[in-house]
Amino acid sequence: MTKSTIEAPIPGTFYRSPSPQEPVFKNEGDAVAVGDTVGLIEVMKSFTPVIAETAGTLVAFHVENEDAVMAGQPLYDLEA
Amino acid sequence: MADGAAMFEVVKPGLLTSVQDLGRPGYYHLGLPISGAMDRFALIAANRLVGNPDGAAGLEAVFLGPVLKFACDTTIAVTGAVMAPKVDGVEQELWSAFEIKAGQELAFGTLKAGARIYIAIAGGVDVPEVHGSRSTYALGALGGFEGRPLKAGDQVKIGAASGAAKLGVSIPEEIRRIQPASGVVLRAMPGLYWHRITEESQGSFFEDSWKVAPEADRIGYRFRGGRSLDFVPRKQPFGAGSDPSNIVDSCYPYGSIQVPGGTEPIVLHRDAVSGGGYFMVGTVISADMDLIGQLQPHQPVRFESIDMDGALAARRDEKGRLEALGAFLSG
Repeated sequence: MTKSTIEAPIPGTFYRSPSPQEPVFKNEGDAVAVGDTVGLIEVMKSFTPVIAETAGTLVAFHVENEDAVMAGQPLYDLEA
Repeated sequence: MADGAAMFEVVKPGLLTSVQDLGRPGYYHLGLPISGAMDRFALIAANRLVGNPDGAAGLEAVFLGPVLKFACDTTIAVTGAVMAPKVDGVEQELWSAFEIKAGQELAFGTLKAGARIYIAIAGGVDVPEVHGSRSTYALGALGGFEGRPLKAGDQVKIGAASGAAKLGVSIPEEIRRIQPASGVVLRAMPGLYWHRITEESQGSFFEDSWKVAPEADRIGYRFRGGRSLDFVPRKQPFGAGSDPSNIVDSCYPYGSIQVPGGTEPIVLHRDAVSGGGYFMVGTVISADMDLIGQLQPHQPVRFESIDMDGALAARRDEKGRLEALGAFLSG
């Protein structure tokens, strides 16, 4: 098992679900496949999905829903 | 895309990548903004490295680099934000010229600092000039590549190279824009509507720390986090809106700081609207406008009051940096 930390590709506001009424994309402990959406980052009035480039188990989020993130800031830990 | 043709294909556009040169001045009074690179110094430096005139069109990419596949051999330079360029996966130096061969891909690492990279290609990006400029004004669907940011599959032409690229030269760090890790200060001259806010708010505006809002873009950079501004009571003038921050419609200078409702200052930038009904607390001086283009959301910023003499001195300093760049590249 190797643990890796996935960083924010762009700065903005991080969201864990597609809208406040909908469930989160991923919970801690969920399996993540390549191409899965893990969250959204809103910047310049548009939403960019955070797409998993590595498969594994999402161990922990480093940021809360609606947190401000900077580019390169740790988003979540993945165990593969 | 024919092999050897002077063009590149957009494999991935990044977040927002557009063709920009030094802009389209002269039409702002008609509502057409100046557009052009948010960080002009970075574009000029990239152009000079590949042997282009300062005003040649390059690409501006914000936060996320594009992936471009070249049909021809050419020379490239990337400046501005700290985001490593890669040719077929091999990392290249920023602020220096490097070669790319036909069939190779230019891609980028993740953003480490700053906000916008400038990609200059020997010969420049060859799109039609609109009102004297190749800059993209996306809101007006004008200029650049078909009046819009680049999309995957776009095939973009490259102009004729001068052959004067400065291969093997790296612009020294002291000439590059110094982006303070913390404590960014934007110098601003209090403006025509300064009297509209109370003395206490005149103080708090310059004392408070503001943070770049995630909405900040080429049109304007919005800031939040400082105390709201209080207005001096007045009788609503004919033609002005009812909010105390409203004025009788007026011209908005490039760099002007409007504060709708007195809450969140917005510094108008290259794609700004040219007029409207919000009072402006002041104007960021021209020497500090490039720096705004390199600010990321949530970055803390303070405004500092400056007078005309100070603003002109800062403009001379900025010109000196360009001269230092010229002396370095010709030396």
